[in-house]
Amino acid sequence: MGGVSIASLGKAFPKEDGTATQALEGVNLEIGDTEFICLVGPSGCGKTTLLRIIAGLETATTGSVTVDGRPVTGPDPKRGMVFQEYSLFPWRRVIDNVAFGLEMKGVAKEERQRTADHYIEMVGLSQFRDAYPYELSGGMRQRVAIARALANDPDVLLMDEPFGALDAQTRNRMQKELLSLWEQTKKAIVFVTHSVDEAVYLATRIVVLSPRPGSVREVIEIPWPHPRDRTSAEFAEVRRRVLRMIDETENTQ
Amino acid sequence: MNRQTQKRLLGAAALVIAAVIWQIIAEYIVGRSFILPSVTDVAAAFVNLLGSGTLLADAMVSLEHFGIGLIAAFLLGVPIGILMGWFRVADFLLDPIIEILRPIPPLAWIPFAIIWFGLTTQAAGFVIFAGAFFPILTATYAAFRDVPKVFVEAGKVLGCDTSFELIRHVALPAAIPGIASGIRIAMGVGWMCLVAAEMFGVSNNGLGYQLWHNYYLHQMPNVVVYMLILGFTGLIIDRIFRNYVDKQLLRWRAGEVA
Repeated sequence: MGGVSIASLGKAFPKEDGTATQALEGVNLEIGDTEFICLVGPSGCGKTTLLRIIAGLETATTGSVTVDGRPVTGPDPKRGMVFQEYSLFPWRRVIDNVAFGLEMKGVAKEERQRTADHYIEMVGLSQFRDAYPYELSGGMRQRVAIARALANDPDVLLMDEPFGALDAQTRNRMQKELLSLWEQTKKAIVFVTHSVDEAVYLATRIVVLSPRPGSVREVIEIPWPHPRDRTSAEFAEVRRRVLRMIDETENTQ
Repeated sequence: MNRQTQKRLLGAAALVIAAVIWQIIAEYIVGRSFILPSVTDVAAAFVNLLGSGTLLADAMVSLEHFGIGLIAAFLLGVPIGILMGWFRVADFLLDPIIEILRPIPPLAWIPFAIIWFGLTTQAAGFVIFAGAFFPILTATYAAFRDVPKVFVEAGKVLGCDTSFELIRHVALPAAIPGIASGIRIAMGVGWMCLVAAEMFGVSNNGLGYQLWHNYYLHQMPNVVVYMLILGFTGLIIDRIFRNYVDKQLLRWRAGEVA
């Protein structure tokens, strides 16, 4: 396993009038095997676009993304994705949602159910395995979405503001659970968030992007072990630093 | 008394009152069964028709016409709707043709139905098809266009590699509610076309055929019987379909269809 490697990546979106909006420019980033990366930046800086390019849902205009040494050319189950909005298939029960990727791979029914059950248990939803998504709360749905992505045994888990729609309490609990999943599975995680607090709480490295066209402005290592204390002085200090950075760049526009 | 029984009692009372008023108007104000048959005239005609034993045969023939038209509309409407909803090129190609054909009233196809199929069961089926096809097509198309993008992207990152896989495993299941309500509308339109489709004598049975036949015989109480049977049968078909869809296809939905 070699992690994700992003080299001089750029992305331009064509506009109606023939010109283009440069969303990303000259992005360079190396993501290790078991890292927890949080992408933060002013709104509109292209953090979601960057994540979608890694996922293969968008194609880069220039530069390249390689995962494990292989260039990304399109979506692949090896890069799991958890979306911001609810993306569970409402017509499938929890178990069949989690087993979806294995079904596409052609894994036999018994085996895929066994694997799906394992991941459902991991996110603590065993008693809901036969429920339909409409019967679940927002936090539970995102846990199923995480289990669904993990069931494909991806090299990297991409998360696009997955807890953005949750209330503060649920959000804190989900952050703890995600950390425990990360420690159990040892996957690389790339996590886009608006919340600097969330980033400081979760990440081993925070990547701060500059405003459009987005590029890596600064990478901040956070070496402290988990669980972290949100109320500590050092936590507040890092949070202030990152916030100032985002603020500054926003104001120079 | 709970709401449900209250609703039933009031509903039944309203029906009885309407029947009484109808009876009074027919018998004492109009006074001619030909202009307005009374409730008792219609009831007597119904008992008579039951005795003659053709009602069942009429209903079966009508259901056959209806079935042919609806199945054909489904078999063509759903795939074409999927093609147009999923592939831009298919949409651009077919849309002008569909938009020209769609506003033509189904009954305007009757002359060609006769010329192409003769006075056959298929001709009646074709008229019903002309009424049922477009609601199914447009509902399927709209349902496919409305499939949330995030479902399609989730399907892609989870390993659906081809359009066929995405349609089969993601878009089609997501579109089922929309397609189902399109079929329901199509059944309503198709049933409305039935009387006209049987008017031109494709068979010697059929609820629509009998309605016209009894009109020519000036048997107006019989005409009312067939009107009511047409109404009830349409209602029952709709109920059965809706029940089936809710129970079998849409268990994953908290609400009701359409």
